[in-house]
Amino acid sequence: MNAITENWIKIGQLSDIPKRGARCVQNGDMTIALFRSADDRVFALEDKCPHKNGPLSQGIVHDGCVTCPLHNWVISLETGQAQGADEGETLSFPVKLDGNDILLELRRINNGKK
Amino acid sequence: MTQKLVIIGNGMSPGRMLEHLFEEDASAYDVTIFNAEPRVNYNRLMLSPVLSGEKTYEDIITHDDAWYDTNNVTLHKGAKVTEINKTNKTVTSETGITAAYDKLIIATGSTPFIIPLPGHDLEGVLVYRDLDDVDAMLKATQSKGRAVVIGGGLLGLEAAAGFNARGMDVTVLHLMPTLMERQLDPAAGYLLEKAIKDKGIEVLTEVNSKEILGKNGKVTGIKLDDGTVIDAKIIVMAVGIRPSAALAQTIDIDCNRGILVNDKMETSEEDIYALGECVEHRGECYGLVAPLYEMGKVLAKNLCGGDEEFTGSVTATKLKVTGIDLFSAGDFAESADREEIVLRDATQGIYKRLVLKDNRIIGAVQFGETSDGTWFFDLLKKQTDISEMRDSLIFGQAYQGGASLDPMQAVAALPDDAEICGCSGICKSTIVTAIQDNNLTSLDEVRSHTKASASCGTCTGLVEQLMSLSLGDSYDPSKVAAVCPCTDLGHDDVRRLIKVKELKSIPAVMQELEWKTSCGCAKCRPALNYYLVSDWPGEYEDDYQSRFINERVHANIQKDGTYSVVPRMWGGMTTSDELRAIADVVDKFDIPAVKVTGGQRIDMLGVQKKDLPAVWADLGDAGFVSGHAYAKGLRTVKTCVGTDWCRFGTQDSTGFGIRIEKFMWGSWTPAKLKLAVSGCPRNCSEATCKDIGVICVDSGYEIHFGGAAGLEIKGTELLGHATSEEEALEYIAALTQLYREQGHYLERIYKWLNRIGLEEIRREILNDHEGRKALFGRFVYSQEFAQKDPWSERVSGKDKHEFKPMASFGLEAAE
Repeated sequence: MNAITENWIKIGQLSDIPKRGARCVQNGDMTIALFRSADDRVFALEDKCPHKNGPLSQGIVHDGCVTCPLHNWVISLETGQAQGADEGETLSFPVKLDGNDILLELRRINNGKK
Repeated sequence: MTQKLVIIGNGMSPGRMLEHLFEEDASAYDVTIFNAEPRVNYNRLMLSPVLSGEKTYEDIITHDDAWYDTNNVTLHKGAKVTEINKTNKTVTSETGITAAYDKLIIATGSTPFIIPLPGHDLEGVLVYRDLDDVDAMLKATQSKGRAVVIGGGLLGLEAAAGFNARGMDVTVLHLMPTLMERQLDPAAGYLLEKAIKDKGIEVLTEVNSKEILGKNGKVTGIKLDDGTVIDAKIIVMAVGIRPSAALAQTIDIDCNRGILVNDKMETSEEDIYALGECVEHRGECYGLVAPLYEMGKVLAKNLCGGDEEFTGSVTATKLKVTGIDLFSAGDFAESADREEIVLRDATQGIYKRLVLKDNRIIGAVQFGETSDGTWFFDLLKKQTDISEMRDSLIFGQAYQGGASLDPMQAVAALPDDAEICGCSGICKSTIVTAIQDNNLTSLDEVRSHTKASASCGTCTGLVEQLMSLSLGDSYDPSKVAAVCPCTDLGHDDVRRLIKVKELKSIPAVMQELEWKTSCGCAKCRPALNYYLVSDWPGEYEDDYQSRFINERVHANIQKDGTYSVVPRMWGGMTTSDELRAIADVVDKFDIPAVKVTGGQRIDMLGVQKKDLPAVWADLGDAGFVSGHAYAKGLRTVKTCVGTDWCRFGTQDSTGFGIRIEKFMWGSWTPAKLKLAVSGCPRNCSEATCKDIGVICVDSGYEIHFGGAAGLEIKGTELLGHATSEEEALEYIAALTQLYREQGHYLERIYKWLNRIGLEEIRREILNDHEGRKALFGRFVYSQEFAQKDPWSERVSGKDKHEFKPMASFGLEAAE
């Protein structure tokens, strides 16, 4: 397999996700949360808070971040990094819009760790 | 090249020393700390509030992990140093970490003294020193029973009060005739004993323990010299501390009781310093924080080439037990060349005593009223000649020189070098200058800039008065906190402006009230959504993306991301058909746990999110609706069986409870709202610790509210009496509506009651008949829009995007 080969998968339409909301995509055992910001940008994170694995897709979306529903950690939608005094990182995935179609790239972004 | 500074110990004195060091020269040293405790630096003085439940560990952290990062300090947690090699200049920890030093600071603190009674090594015998001890104590409090505290000194009494606050029975054993005899004279000791006993704590003085009793390795009680046996789940020894000098002794540093240091904090060994409770300086070993902070300051300056000297301190004592005001300083033994001035007020339990020698204060004890403690302590430390004001001295500073009784005047009159914060040694001018130079406007800012009021907090009032003095009207100590960092406005202002400006959407609020973020945060959005739902029924469209997940999907999220489902059981009544339907749902969806709740209904736990609509459909077929067990809104109305069955029942409490629940379900409130109706004053439905409770009596219905039985425990206040169900229902709905309109989001009704005051609420509900009817009318109107069963709406397809994945694919696509 060629590491450069891009593997964009169409997973749905922008209108499938409510503004400032999220939907989940099931990829084998892994759940990926797709977020739509107030300004219609789309982000993809593993649906797992770095703190205690809370489902981030269930959180409140605000200003480029999501607040985990279990213990209120705030996670950056762009980088997956915990904000403020908390430390941790959730896997993030490349995602892009082609018109109204949402395309997800399942090759993991290497964030330099792990 | 940067020098290497190694510190053994991470208590309060080295922590403060480092703050001063980084202020002097942030790049002078590469700092490495070895901490025997597995955590960051926290405020040990505040362990008592953690024990009593008034604060949490997070509240008392002085330096968090980020602080060590920012200042490039290497912190080895859980690494006790066992070896110092002064030839190679290295230290090594038990865990095998070795670090080289150019300068070494030993700050190993102190060790609590353990009386070698038989049985002192049983499980359940503790000391009171660090957070691990507090954790062990808290674990013991879960099983209730009796705690015995040996030692009636400062720490022992704080521990006793902590256990008492946690609901345990407590006995204090004290060897001497009066409590805290080292800091208090017998009269104040007597008043203290009375105040401690009034809290329900048993105090035994002049008793000696003989043996700790146990069974299977665990403590069961204690036997006294006279043969008395007291049962105990836990025994805390708080009989004193001794400096931990053992490590220093292994490399032959001069030690006596503690590690000997000179005025520059140097030990007998070159490049090795000592600091804190482990040292002995001019024959004194200190256990209070003020002199330890002072040592830290001196050492920090000297490490940066300064030539500072620590010459010893006079210390003052304050007890941190809620409801007991006590202050003592100096020497108050009686003697021929001393005089005293005493003021007593028996009814108010006030006792003040000043001990004078040569017209100067050498000792001060105050009990019951301690606001002049700072002033007396200042006169004592400066050895001011008080002959001019001797006649009125005991009445305090406000009475001197004909000055007014205004506390602000008293603070204004304090000299610039008067000490305000005894813990940190911060004087008036330091605080005032910091406020002016840095434009500080909040207490938190003053705390972080000056450290004043940041340790034990007893000087908070004085600091606030200084802020008022410096800032004039622009500082209001009762100033409300902002809703969240997105705005400077408090909840009251936001609510008022929503009404006045007729703001009817979240974007409108954020625009008009100049929100600082583009779309708010997880704190303000749910608050705004509630305010708009509550203020504009029928007009505002609920923004589900601004609701917490539980209210968005109408179920309670659990730690593993599954949900729990609680259908409504009106007044706690159910039928065989309902129970059968629940049993069928549990089987069909393989629901792993079923539990009876405290609100008299049934909770199904561990439901997968995707199954929720189908679970609700089946429950709906059996006649169930949502129990709103997830809502900041009406939860349950708990009832007893009343006149239907009970031989003591005075009214139909079950029927009335069901009537209230059918009338009020679906309403959103600032925080959850739990009700109960009891059929007689025996109160089997526990109505007097609910948000709103009704006690039925022969003559009608007593309406109570503002109880709490969660984080806090509090009985209700009586609102008033109604003679019919109709009247009672009107009172309850009007009260709920007033709370809906005035409450801050997440503010429980008892906190709202504290803020507004019982008299004002009674006036609006009981005395103002038209106002009450209007409130009732607004509640009824808003129910028209609120009483839609959210479960059946979702069974019919609403928000279906919430419950199924947008896409699924297996491994072949993931590659």
